[in-house]
Amino acid sequence: MRIECPMCGSRDRREFYYQGAAVMLARPDPQAHEADWEAYLHLRENPAGPTRELWQHDGGCGAWLVVTRDTVSHQISDTQLAADVKRAMGKAS
Amino acid sequence: MRVAGKGVIDRSKAVSFSFDGRRYSGFAGDTVASALLANGVSLMGRSFKYHRPRGVLSAGSEEPNALITTGTGAGQEPNVRATVQEIYEGLVTRSQNAWPSLDFDVMAVNDLAAPFLGAGFYYKTFMWPKRFWEAVYEPVIRKAAGLGALSGQNNPDTYERAYAFCDLLVIGAGPAGLMAALTAARAGADVILADEDSLMGGRLNAESGAVGHQSGAVWAAGIVAQLSAMDNVRLMSRTTVTGAYDGGMYGALERVNQHTGIRGAGAPLEAFWRISARHSILAAGALERPIAFRNNDRPGIMTAGAVRAYLNRWGVAPGKRVAVFGNNDDAHRTARDLAAAGVHVVALIDSRPDAVIEGATFPVFKGAQVCNSGGRKALESITIRTDSGEEALQVDCLAMSGGWNPTVHLTCHMNGRPSWREDIQAFVPTPGSIPDMTVAGACNGVFSTRACLSDGVEAARTALGALGRKAPAEMALPEAEDTPYALSPLWAVAGAGRAWLDFQNDVSVKDIKQAAAENFSSVEHMKRYTTQGMATDQGKNSNVAALAILADATGRGIPQTGTTTFRPPYAPVAIAAMGAGAQGHGFAPERHTTSHKRSVAMGAPMIEAGLWYRPSYFPKAGETTWQQSCDREVGYVRKAVGICDVSTLGKIDIQGPDAARLLDFVYTNMFSTLPVGRVRYGVMLREDGTVMDDGTTARLGAEHFVMTTTTAAAGNVMRHLEFVCQALHPEWEVSCTSVTEQWAQFAVAGPMARALLNGMLDKPIDNESWPFMACGDVQLGGVAGRLFRISFSGEHAYEIAVPSRYGAAAFDALLGRAEQMGGGAYGMEALNVLRIEKGFITHAEIEGRATAFDIGMARMISAKKDCIGKTMAARPGLVDALRPQLVGLKPVEPGGRLTAGAHLFEREAPAIRENSKGHVSSVCYSPELGMMIGLGFFAAGPARHAEVIRLVDHLRKVETEVEICHPVFLDPQGERARG
Repeated sequence: MRIECPMCGSRDRREFYYQGAAVMLARPDPQAHEADWEAYLHLRENPAGPTRELWQHDGGCGAWLVVTRDTVSHQISDTQLAADVKRAMGKAS
Repeated sequence: MRVAGKGVIDRSKAVSFSFDGRRYSGFAGDTVASALLANGVSLMGRSFKYHRPRGVLSAGSEEPNALITTGTGAGQEPNVRATVQEIYEGLVTRSQNAWPSLDFDVMAVNDLAAPFLGAGFYYKTFMWPKRFWEAVYEPVIRKAAGLGALSGQNNPDTYERAYAFCDLLVIGAGPAGLMAALTAARAGADVILADEDSLMGGRLNAESGAVGHQSGAVWAAGIVAQLSAMDNVRLMSRTTVTGAYDGGMYGALERVNQHTGIRGAGAPLEAFWRISARHSILAAGALERPIAFRNNDRPGIMTAGAVRAYLNRWGVAPGKRVAVFGNNDDAHRTARDLAAAGVHVVALIDSRPDAVIEGATFPVFKGAQVCNSGGRKALESITIRTDSGEEALQVDCLAMSGGWNPTVHLTCHMNGRPSWREDIQAFVPTPGSIPDMTVAGACNGVFSTRACLSDGVEAARTALGALGRKAPAEMALPEAEDTPYALSPLWAVAGAGRAWLDFQNDVSVKDIKQAAAENFSSVEHMKRYTTQGMATDQGKNSNVAALAILADATGRGIPQTGTTTFRPPYAPVAIAAMGAGAQGHGFAPERHTTSHKRSVAMGAPMIEAGLWYRPSYFPKAGETTWQQSCDREVGYVRKAVGICDVSTLGKIDIQGPDAARLLDFVYTNMFSTLPVGRVRYGVMLREDGTVMDDGTTARLGAEHFVMTTTTAAAGNVMRHLEFVCQALHPEWEVSCTSVTEQWAQFAVAGPMARALLNGMLDKPIDNESWPFMACGDVQLGGVAGRLFRISFSGEHAYEIAVPSRYGAAAFDALLGRAEQMGGGAYGMEALNVLRIEKGFITHAEIEGRATAFDIGMARMISAKKDCIGKTMAARPGLVDALRPQLVGLKPVEPGGRLTAGAHLFEREAPAIRENSKGHVSSVCYSPELGMMIGLGFFAAGPARHAEVIRLVDHLRKVETEVEICHPVFLDPQGERARG
C-alpha cells in the first residue's frame, strides 16, 4: 500500500504510523457533557467503505495526515495535512 | 535422450552435477529435470502420503512431483522444483521423502494400506483416546509427514530485499508479455518485464511453430534484445511475481544466484522485490491440466505441453516409445513434434469421436481413452479403451492433456473471483479484480500465438491510455500460428482403482467423491478434508479438475461450485528472502550511546532499553555477582559520586511564542510559570486520564524549553506533541524537534557531585548560582554544554549535557575524576536501586493503567487550566479511594524476599485471583536499609501504612509478609538533593 503524503509525495505505507479515526481532531470542550467525551475517546464507526483516519508520516516529514481510505478495497481517495483539516474545521464552526 | 538438432541449450558447454550421489552431465541451459530426463532418469521423487514413485509431470514452477533438495550442510534447501532449478557445475541435488533410498522406500507400504488411508483418515482415526494425541499420534504423524527438511542449522546464505518503481509492470514474457512490453516501451513508459523463467519467451521456447520467418525462440530473443537496448526497460528474468497488493504494489522473488555456485557476501541467493507499478499487465500464460485415470502417476507420464517443452527447448525426448492422450487439438502438436523429431509415436488417443486429425504419420485412436497404466518405477505400458474393447500398448512415456487453465492466480489476490468460460472449460480473470491491472494472452483465455501477440499490444494500449501516454501508431504483428482451440471436457476416465488428481498430496478422484458423500461438499471444506491443492504447488495442475469432479458429485455446475481462495505467494518464497537482512544484528537497529565503547571495555553487560543498549553494571576484580557490583555502585552515589550515561532519555527541543502554552496543555502541571533557568518535573496524561510519561523540562529562554522523556516513551511523546501541535492546535506557533541524539548527557550524582564539577567546569558553581532544579549554559573544557541540577537518586546531583561528538571524551573525563574522588560509574541496576529507595516511578509503575491519582500525583493536575487527560482523569472510577495505589513495601522479616509481579493479598485471605488487591511493580535490595524493598499498588494503600499484608508469587513460589509503607524510603524531606 502507498500513501500520498502532501509534503513528500507517494510513499510506502511502512513509513507511516496509523493512529485511528480522524474523530480525534474534534476534541470536546473540557466542560462538554461526558457523553461527548465518551464518544470522542471510545466510540468509533466500523464502516465497510470510506473512512477518514489519522496517519503520521513518522518515517518521513512527521506530518499528521487525514487519509480517506475505503476499508473494503483499501483504496485511498484523499490525503490532507491534519493541520489544514483542523484549520478548516475552525473556520466552519 | 537428447535429440539432435533440437533445443536452445548450449551444447558446447557441458555441465556436470549430481543427483542422489551419482554424477550426471547436462548442458548450459538445462534444468535438473531436463538433464535427468536426457540421462534417462525418470524416477525423481516419492509422493507425500503413499510414497509412490513419481517422475516429472510438468516443465515449470507448477511441478508437484519432482521436488529435490539442493546443496548440503547448513545451506541445504528443500523442496526445490527440479523443473525450475538450473544446473551449474558442481550442483549437488538429492531426492526427498524416501528412505533408505529413492529406489527402495520403506514407507511405500503406505501404498498397500491405501484403502484405509483415504480422505479424512486422520480426522477419523486419531480421535481417541485424547491423551494419545500429543504422546503418540502427533510425533508419529510428524515423522512420517513432510516433504524435504531444513538442515536445522543457521542459514549461511545471504538474501536481499529490493525495491523498484515503474509505470508499467509486465508479468510474463511470452508472446503477449513481450509485445505488451515492446509497445509500452516504444511509447516511452518506464517498463519492468518480469519473467519466472531463466529464458524469456514463454511457450515460444517450447513450441516448434514459427513467428514471422523465424522460430518462436529466435523471434523472442530478438524482441528481448530490442528491449534490453532501451533505457526505459528493466528486464527481470528468474523473477516470479508472487503477489498483487494494495495500491499497485507487487511482491516478486528473484533467484539471483540459485543458478550459480556463487555464495557468500555480495552474492545473495535470492532477492525479494517490492515493485510499485502505476499499471500492470498480467501475461502469465496458462497451465496444462492432466487427465485423471487409473495409475496416471507413473514416472514417464507427463503433460503434453511439458513433453513438447522438453523436446523443443531442451532437445530431450522423454521416451523412446511415446503415446499422446488428450481431449483437445493442442495435444496433437505433441504427437506431430515428436514424430517430426524422429521419436516413435505409438499412438495419438483423442477422447473426442469427432476429433479432426489430419496428416498423421502415427496410429490415431478417436473416441478412445487411456484407462490404466503399467510398470512400477517407470511407465511400461498403458491400457486404452476403445469401442472395440481394451488394448495394451507398450510405451515408456505418455503425454496427456486435459486442456489449459489460464493462470488467474494474481487476479484473485485482492478478493477477486475468476469467471467460468464454458467454451474453453476454464476459469478466466474477472475484469477489474485488481485495480490498474490489464490481463492479456493465455491467462485471459486467448490461446493462439497470433492472438496472444495482438492481445499484448492491445493490453499495452489500454495501459498507456491509463498512464496518459500516447500509444505508438502501429505495431507490426508477425505471422504466427492462429488455430482455434477446441476441446471437449474430460476430467476423469471412468473405472475402478485410484485415478490421481493432486499428485503432490496423493488425492484421487475417489477421495473427492468421498468428501462429497460425507457432506464436505463446499469446495473449501473438500480442500481441507482431502488436502487437495495444498503444499508447495497449491494444486496448480489439479484444482480445476478436482472441483469439476466435486461439481459432478454434488450435482452442481462448476461455476456454482466455485474455486478455493487464491492467496499469495504464487510460488513458494523462502522466509529468509522476505526477511532478508533481519538475521542477527539485522533484526533490529541498535542505538549506542557515546559511552558505549568505554562501557563495554569496562566489562559491563549491555542490556536493551528499547533500541538502546545500556550498561547493567560495571564489574570490578574480585566481584563474583552482579549484586556486589550493584551495591558498590549504589555506594558511590550515596557516599561519594557516581557517573551514569542518561543520554538515552528522550530530549525534545521546544521553541516558539506558544511553547509554554503547549507544555501547559500536555503536562498536568503549570510550565508557563516556570522561570527561565529552572527545571520542573511534569506528568503527562493520555486523553483517557492514564499516565503517559513523566520527566523534567527545563526553561532555557522565554520561548525555549528542553523536555526530557523516559527512554522507552521518547518516540510516543514526540508523536503526541506533534499531534497536539498539528492536529489539535495548528494555530499555535511552536515547533518540536527531537535532539536526543544531538546531546550526550551524564548524571553526576552524590554528595561530591559539585566538587567534581567544579574541578572541570570553566567557571565554578555554588548553591546560590545553581540551586536545586536550576539549569543553564556552562563550559566544560571550552565546550559549550548545559547543566541541570536534577536528581533521580535523591542525592545532590546534576546532569551535564554536551554535544554528542564530545560525549565519549566527557564521559572519560567525568569518570576519571569520579574515580579519583572514590566514586565511579554506575549502571542500570544501581540506578534502579537508587530510584526505588526514593520512590521515584518508572514505566514499571506507569505501565499504561495507572492514573495520576494511583501514583499519588492527583494534586499535580492543575485546577487553573485544561490539559490533555484532565477531564477523563476526573471520572469517579479513576479517583476511587479503593483503587490500588502506589505504596512502598518492606518485608516484616528483614530477610524476606520480594518479587516484582507478585500479587498482594490481605493477610488472612486465600491467595486466589479474586482476592488480589494489588501487585508489586519494582523490587530491589537496598544496601542502605539492608533488606529488600519494593514499590507496588495496593487497594486504598496510602491509608494503610504500617499494616501487614501478604505477598504471593505463584510463579516463583514466593510468599512473604510485607508491611505497607510510604514509597519514599530514604530522606523523605529531600534534604540531600537540596544541600
